[in-house]
Amino acid sequence: MIFPALLNSPRKASGFLRTLLQIAALALLCMTSNAWSAIDTFEFENDEQQQRFRTLSNEFRCPMCQNTSLTGSGGGVAEDLRREIYLMIVDGKTDAEIEQFMLERYGDFIFYKPRLMTETLLLWFGPLLFLVLGGWIVMGIIRRARPQGQEAVVLDNSDQARLHKLLEKVDGQD
Amino acid sequence: MSRLKLFIPVGVFLVLALVLWRGLYLDPRTLPSVLIDKPLPEFSLPIVEQSDRLVSKADLPKEPFLLNVWGSYCLPCLQENPILKAAAADGVLPIIGINYKDKTNLAQMWMDDNGSPFEFSVVDADGRLGIDLGVYGAPETFVIDGNGVIRYKHIGVIDYQSWQQEIMPAIAAVKAEARN
Amino acid sequence: MVPELGQLTLILSFCLCVILGTLPLIGAGTGNRQWIGLARPLTAGVFVFLSLSLLVLGYSFVTDDFSVAFVAQHSNSLLPIQYKITAVWGGHEGSFLFWTWMLSGWMLAVAIFSKAMPDDFVARVLGVMGLIGAGYTLFMIATSNPFDRILPLSPADGADLNSALQDFGFIIHPPSLYMGYVGFSVVFAFAIAALLSGRLDSAWARWSRPWANAAWAILTIGIALGSWWAYYELGWGGWWAWDPVENPPMITWLLGTALIHSLAVTEKRGVFKSWTVLLAIMAFAASLLGTFITRSGLLTSVHAFASDPTRGIYILGFLGLVVGGSLLLFALRAPLMKSEFGFAAISREVFLLANNIILVVASAAILLGTLYPMVYQAVSGGELISVGPPYFNMIFVPLMAILVLFQVVGSISRWKKTSAEYLRRQLGLVAIAAVVLGVVLPLVVTFEFNFGASIATALGLWIILGILQDIRIKISNKASTVSGLKSLAVSYIGMQIAHLGFATILLGASLTSIYSVEKSVLLDAGETVDLGAYDFVFQGTEPVQGPNFVGDRATFQVMKNDVYQRDLHPEKRVYTQSGTPSTEMAIDAGFWRDLFITLGEPRESGAWSMTIHIKPFVRWVWLGAILMALGGVVAVTDKRYRRLRVKTLAGEETARSLKSGADKSAEALQPVSQQ
Repeated sequence: MIFPALLNSPRKASGFLRTLLQIAALALLCMTSNAWSAIDTFEFENDEQQQRFRTLSNEFRCPMCQNTSLTGSGGGVAEDLRREIYLMIVDGKTDAEIEQFMLERYGDFIFYKPRLMTETLLLWFGPLLFLVLGGWIVMGIIRRARPQGQEAVVLDNSDQARLHKLLEKVDGQD
Repeated sequence: MSRLKLFIPVGVFLVLALVLWRGLYLDPRTLPSVLIDKPLPEFSLPIVEQSDRLVSKADLPKEPFLLNVWGSYCLPCLQENPILKAAAADGVLPIIGINYKDKTNLAQMWMDDNGSPFEFSVVDADGRLGIDLGVYGAPETFVIDGNGVIRYKHIGVIDYQSWQQEIMPAIAAVKAEARN
Repeated sequence: MVPELGQLTLILSFCLCVILGTLPLIGAGTGNRQWIGLARPLTAGVFVFLSLSLLVLGYSFVTDDFSVAFVAQHSNSLLPIQYKITAVWGGHEGSFLFWTWMLSGWMLAVAIFSKAMPDDFVARVLGVMGLIGAGYTLFMIATSNPFDRILPLSPADGADLNSALQDFGFIIHPPSLYMGYVGFSVVFAFAIAALLSGRLDSAWARWSRPWANAAWAILTIGIALGSWWAYYELGWGGWWAWDPVENPPMITWLLGTALIHSLAVTEKRGVFKSWTVLLAIMAFAASLLGTFITRSGLLTSVHAFASDPTRGIYILGFLGLVVGGSLLLFALRAPLMKSEFGFAAISREVFLLANNIILVVASAAILLGTLYPMVYQAVSGGELISVGPPYFNMIFVPLMAILVLFQVVGSISRWKKTSAEYLRRQLGLVAIAAVVLGVVLPLVVTFEFNFGASIATALGLWIILGILQDIRIKISNKASTVSGLKSLAVSYIGMQIAHLGFATILLGASLTSIYSVEKSVLLDAGETVDLGAYDFVFQGTEPVQGPNFVGDRATFQVMKNDVYQRDLHPEKRVYTQSGTPSTEMAIDAGFWRDLFITLGEPRESGAWSMTIHIKPFVRWVWLGAILMALGGVVAVTDKRYRRLRVKTLAGEETARSLKSGADKSAEALQPVSQQ
C-alpha cells in the first residue's frame, strides 16, 4: 500500500516525516478496497444499463489502487470514474465509446482485459498455444501407447463379477 | 534427441528466472501518462480565490507554465508547497493550481495558512477535470508549453531532487522551444 | 535480552539445517549409517530451535516490546491479545519465520511418520528439506531479521496492525495457506531423494502420496479460507480477485492436483514416473515463486509486503539454485526411469494424463497472465498494461469445463484399456440426464433460460451423476448395497468426496456469478428497500466504541413475504491509532443464498448509502473446498499407507500374486468374453 507520492523520494524524506506522510497518505488518499468501499446510489433506466455498468466497472482498473477494479475500490478517482461511466451509460454512449474515453485518459493500464494488439497476441493466444502443445504431447503418447503383450481382454459386467469372485477367493486364502 | 528433450524444463525455467530477474528492476508503480503531447482539455470552472469568476482554457497563460493538482487534505502537497512557492517567487514560470476534489473553504484556509504559489486555483470539486487530465490523485504536476500542450507529467510529491533533476529540465526544454 | 535469544536460536537452527543438509545426504550416498542416523535427531533440533524463535517473537508481541522493530511496526499496546499473537505473521519478517517454522514442522512429521521407509531414503528426504530450511533461515538472518531492534530510541507505542488484518480470517488463513504451501516441499524432497537414490518406483509413489494428499488438502483449505475472508472483508461480494499474489497459490494448487493424480497412476501402474517427478518439482517451484512475488514487491498487489530488491535477489537466487538444480538433476537422471507405455489409447491412464495436461496448461496460462504486465513493461520500455479478472475468467473457465468432461470419463474408465463401447454404455445415460436436467433445472427455478447457468448445471450434474454411476458399477456385484458400500476402498471414497467437492465449487462459483443481485440505495431511518424476495427495513444507526476503534452500527430488519426473518448489523469503523476507516459487513449466511449489507457513508441529510446483496450458492464455493480437503484427508487415512515396511513388502507380494491371479482368471474368462 504505497501512495505514488512517496515512491519517488521515500529514502530522502526524514524517517519521522516519512512515517507521518505514509500514515496520512494511507488514511486520506489511497484507500484500498478492504479499508473502505464507497457506495454509489445511481438510478438506472433499466436493468440492462445496470448490468453494463457493473460489467464495465469490473473491467476497468482503479488507477491509483494496488490491484482492484473500479467496483472494488472506494474513494478518490475510482469513485469519479464510476460516476463518469454511469453518466455516459445514461447518456446513451456505447461500451466502445466508454472504453475509448478511458483509454484516452488513462491508457492501456486501465483495462483489466487488455486490448488485442500485436503486443498482447502472446497473452491472448498463449493459453491456446499451450493447449495445442499439450494435446500434441498427449497424442504422441497415445500413438506410442500399446497395452502390454496381447490385446487386453475387455470384460463386461458379468465377467467382471466372476473375476471379482475369483479375486475374493484369492484374498480369502491370504 | 529424447535425452535433450529432458532439458526443456531447465531451459523454460531459466527463461522464466531471467524474466523475473529483469522484473526486479522495474517499478510496477511508475504510472504512465498517455496525455503527454496532447493539448489541455477544455473546461469552464470557478477559482478558489474568487468564487464568482469562471475561468476556461483561454484564461491560462500563453507562455510555458506549471499545472499543479493539489488538495488541502493532501500532506505531500504541503510538503512540496515551499518548492513551488520559491519557484513562483523567483519568476521561474507561472503556476496554476487545480484544487482537486476539495472543499473550497478548506482550500482557502489552506492557502491562507501556508501561502499560495498559484496565480489562481481552478476548483475541480467533482474531479471531472482531473479525469480529463488522467489524474490519479493529488499531488500531480504538469508542465504545459506556450501552446497549451502537456509536455511533462510528474506524479506524486515534488522534492528538491525531483525538482532539480526532472521538472527543471522539462521546463528548460519547453522554454528553449518557446524562444526559438 | 529476550529478543536476542530468538536471534540466537534462529542462528542455531540455521547451523543445524546446514548439517542436516550435508551429513545425512553424504551418508546416504556413501552408506555411512552413523551419518544417516543423524537425520532424525537433527530434524528434531531444527524444530525445537525454530519453535523457540517463534515463541520469543510471540512473547515480544504479547509483552509489547516495541524496541523490536517488527513488533513496533505491526502491533500496538491497545491491540486485542489474539491479534498481538497473530501479528507474528502480520508482516514480512515474522511471517517468514512462521513459514520456516512450518517447514520444520513438516520435517518433524516426516521424521516421525516414516518408519515404513528405508533409513537412507528418509535421510535423503530430510537432508533435502534441511537444505531448503538452511536457505530460509539464512534469508532471515541476512535480509529480514524479525528480531532487529530500534535502540536506544525505542518508540513508546507501536504503529498498530493493519486494520484489515484485525479479523478472525487473519488468524486462520495465513497458517493454513502456509502449511499447505510448505507441504509441497515434502513431496519435492521425496522426488529429489528418489532422483538421488535412483529409486523411482511404485514404492516411492506410495510413500509420497499421503504427503502430497495432505499438503494438497491443507492448501485447498488455505485458499478457500482466503477467499471466504476476502468475501466478507472486502465488502463488495467478491470472493476471488485473480490478484497477482492469489495466483501462485492457485498455480500451486492446480499443479498439486495434477500431482496427486499422477502419483496415483505411478503407484498403481508404474507409468508417468518422470512426469510425476517433474510435477513435484513444478509444484514446489510454484510455491517458491509465490514467496518471491509476495516478498520482492515484483507485482503490485493488495497482499504485497514492503518491497526490497535485495530480498528479491536473494529469493530469486535461491529459487534458481534449488529449482534450476533440481530440474538439471531431473534432466540427468530421468533417462534412468524407464516407463513402459503399457496402456491403450482409451484407458484411465490416458484420461488422467489428459487431465494433467489441462491442469498444467491452466497453471501456465495463469502464470502468463500474472507475469505479462511485467514482461510488457520491460519490452515496451515503461508502458503498462493490466491483466485482471476478465482475462483470467475467460481463459480459466473453458479449461475447467474441458477438465470436467474428462474427469468423469477418466474415473469411470479402467486401467490399461477401456472400450469406447463400455464408456458409451456406462455414461450415455449420465450425459443425457446431465444435459436435460442442466437445461431444465435453472429454467424451472428462475423461469428464464440462461446459457451459462445451463452449462454449469449440466457440468456439475455430469460429475455428480458420474460419481453415482461409478459407485453403482463398483458395488453392482455385491450382495447388498450396504455390503457393497462397505467394500469400497478408503482412498476411493476420499477421491469421490473430493470429486463431489469439485462439482460443488463449480456449481457454486458459476451460479453465484450468474444469479447474484445487488442494489445500492440511500435510506433514511425507517425506510425499506426490496430486493429479490426480501425486504430490508433500515432502523437507523447508533454509535459504537471498540477497544481500538469507534464507529456506527446500523440495524436492519430482514423480511421475507412480510414475515420477519432476523436483524442484521453492518458497521462503519475508524481505527483510532491509524485513522483507517473500515467497513464491517453484516452477513446472513445460508445454504442456498447469502444476504449481506454494506454500510456506506452518511449524507448531510442523515440518510445513509448502503449496498444490499443477495448471493445465491456462494457458500457452495467454500463448502466444495471443504469437501475436497475432506476427500484428501480421507485418502490419507487409507491403511495402505501405514503398513510397516515388512508388511509393505509382504503386501506387494500379495498384490503381485493377486495380479497374476487376476491375469489368470482373465485368461480363463477369455473364451467367455469372445463369445
